[in-house]
Amino acid sequence: MEHREKNDADHGWDLVIEPKYGLLHLQLDDLWRYRDLIYLFVRRDFVAQFKQTILGPAWFIIQPLLTTIMFVIVFKKIANLSTDAIPPILFYLSGNILWQYFAVSVTNTSETFQSNANIFGKVYFPRLVVPISIVISQMLQLTIQFLFFLTFWFYYRFFQDVDLHVNVFMLLLPVLVVNMAMLGLGCGIIVSSLTTKYRDLRFLLRFGIQLMMYATTVIFPLSSVTSDSVRIFLLANPMTPIIEAFRFAFLGNGSFSWVYLAYSFGFGCVVLFVGMIVFTRVEKNFMDTV
Amino acid sequence: MANKQTVISVENMSKQYRLGDVGTGTLAHDLNRWWFRVRGRDDPYRKVTEANDLTESGAADYVWALENINFQVQRGDVLGIIGRNGAGKSTLLKILSRVTGPTIGKVKMKGRIGSLLEVGTGFHPELTGRENVYLNGAILGMTRREVASKLDDIVGFSGCTRYVDTPVKRYSSGMMVRLGFAVAAYLEPEILIVDEVLAVGDAEFQKKCIRKMKDVAKNGRTILFVSHNMTSVRNLCTKGLLLRAGTVQLTASVEECLDRYLSDDANHERKRKENYFGDRICRLDSVLLQDESGKDRSDYQTGESTTLNLEIEAFEDSPNTAFHIGIYREDEVLAAFVNSERNHFSIDLESGRRTVRCRLSNVSFSPGRYMIYVTIISKGIAIYSLANAAALQIHSNGRYEEGRRPYLMLDDEWQDT
Repeated sequence: MEHREKNDADHGWDLVIEPKYGLLHLQLDDLWRYRDLIYLFVRRDFVAQFKQTILGPAWFIIQPLLTTIMFVIVFKKIANLSTDAIPPILFYLSGNILWQYFAVSVTNTSETFQSNANIFGKVYFPRLVVPISIVISQMLQLTIQFLFFLTFWFYYRFFQDVDLHVNVFMLLLPVLVVNMAMLGLGCGIIVSSLTTKYRDLRFLLRFGIQLMMYATTVIFPLSSVTSDSVRIFLLANPMTPIIEAFRFAFLGNGSFSWVYLAYSFGFGCVVLFVGMIVFTRVEKNFMDTV
Repeated sequence: MANKQTVISVENMSKQYRLGDVGTGTLAHDLNRWWFRVRGRDDPYRKVTEANDLTESGAADYVWALENINFQVQRGDVLGIIGRNGAGKSTLLKILSRVTGPTIGKVKMKGRIGSLLEVGTGFHPELTGRENVYLNGAILGMTRREVASKLDDIVGFSGCTRYVDTPVKRYSSGMMVRLGFAVAAYLEPEILIVDEVLAVGDAEFQKKCIRKMKDVAKNGRTILFVSHNMTSVRNLCTKGLLLRAGTVQLTASVEECLDRYLSDDANHERKRKENYFGDRICRLDSVLLQDESGKDRSDYQTGESTTLNLEIEAFEDSPNTAFHIGIYREDEVLAAFVNSERNHFSIDLESGRRTVRCRLSNVSFSPGRYMIYVTIISKGIAIYSLANAAALQIHSNGRYEEGRRPYLMLDDEWQDT
């Protein structure tokens, strides 16, 4: 049985196609049945991305490295912003890879419908497979970047005698990643659902994501913000507690609070839930408008 | 019978499309529609409709691609969906394969559905043949385990065994199509939906596909098939669904549906068409069919004789004039051809009117509608032709088995020795 039966007349049918379904008709069982497709999409993205490149997956590392060097020069050497006594490379690299994960997840998932119109127009599978596979393949990228971060961490810990400790908060890492995935996926699919008809939002998104980086504690620590109103503004951004918690766990310095983190997680849940509702409503007929 | 179970049921289903540029006025329309809905009114744009006719440009922004469709498909049926371009065939298949949703109404289905609106959907050029088989299989709804167990068969069927580890961007387009169809062929759904995909391969491959689909049908699976190739529809299908301008015209056997489709087509498009080659020397005023008693008649039974009266109007003298008569079936197959010169018949035309008769005895065509095409030849050169000069309707004389459609019906005599 693929769907809840609505009334007796529909009983005994495996599939009932109707113009409108209930708000919570999310077909998660259907999504589970297509889990192999998610795996294969992730694999495809990973394999196809670096065909005919010389450096291959090294690009995963080069990009955050160059950005970090740039940040060190501009924000540390020139502007002389605080990094909370953390070595600037570690500080910027941590903010950078986390932020990139979120930003790329949102931008890529937000184009789900446009960039897959040709497949979606020919065959049915749960459309959520595509954004989910995007978020997961970004996770692979994040893993590689995180390992890269760890090599710096070890370098500073053992060769530079910087005061870094292994601590129990590091175990929070999976939660932080899942939280970011929910935020990225949720925001992305909301935008993708809204842009099937009105494409203006796409431009707003690209530009908005860039601006939002400055409203997140990527290039400065939360502790350096003294104005209360600005603090509240920064904390309203659900990415801020995640980056702060990560820095607190791995670099020993950052504004960590369970309340902020719970807020961020709750925000992620709500955004993802709303996103899935909007997305499943749009996916049925989007071929007619895209 | 237990296996004559209804597996697809379409109930009062309609689909509306918006025409033109979606960008202008859309937001305003949507707000308006939303405002109507808030007040509990009907959608104001649903009323703006007219018949879906591609040839006339309508004023309405909304059009019903399908209107009030009702039909059922039993397990094991091979349903051919036929109709002219724009009749709504593809829209129907898209709704059945869940690519888009209906505007009103309901579709109910039983069993796993495999839809093949295109072969090789989602092939990635950089991936190898093998990787793409897995990917395409998963897109069509197979698990990795299923694909793995059928991989050898799939690759074997496609005939790409040697290139299975080569990226598909190096494949020829034919190989790509073969590989794509092979994946779909081993999908083994209970309901298979196929749209025109056969149009792409070469003749050999098309035959292979038809054979494969026949196998699928033999196993008691249900197939919905759309094609403009009447021969493959006739070959493959048992039931027919004739669509016209978004409505169901007829649900019956595939023969009846094809007959109706072709005769509709004939009434609409098979107009008399004159052609002069060079100077206007003569023309045909009319071509009349008469039976043995000399009565004008265009309906005959198989095996009767008919006489064609060619009424000629000559503008100039034309010595040594002969006639070619071609009789075409509705699917454009040439059923018979006579050449008067071969029968040592030619006339010297003088300007004025004149009638030439040609008796065709024992016309043993199978039932159906036939069109007559006449060419006038002068000194071995065609000078005039008249397409669709007359229609010849053949009915069954009751001596032959119904439901079979041979080209000809022969007189058979039997002896027991």
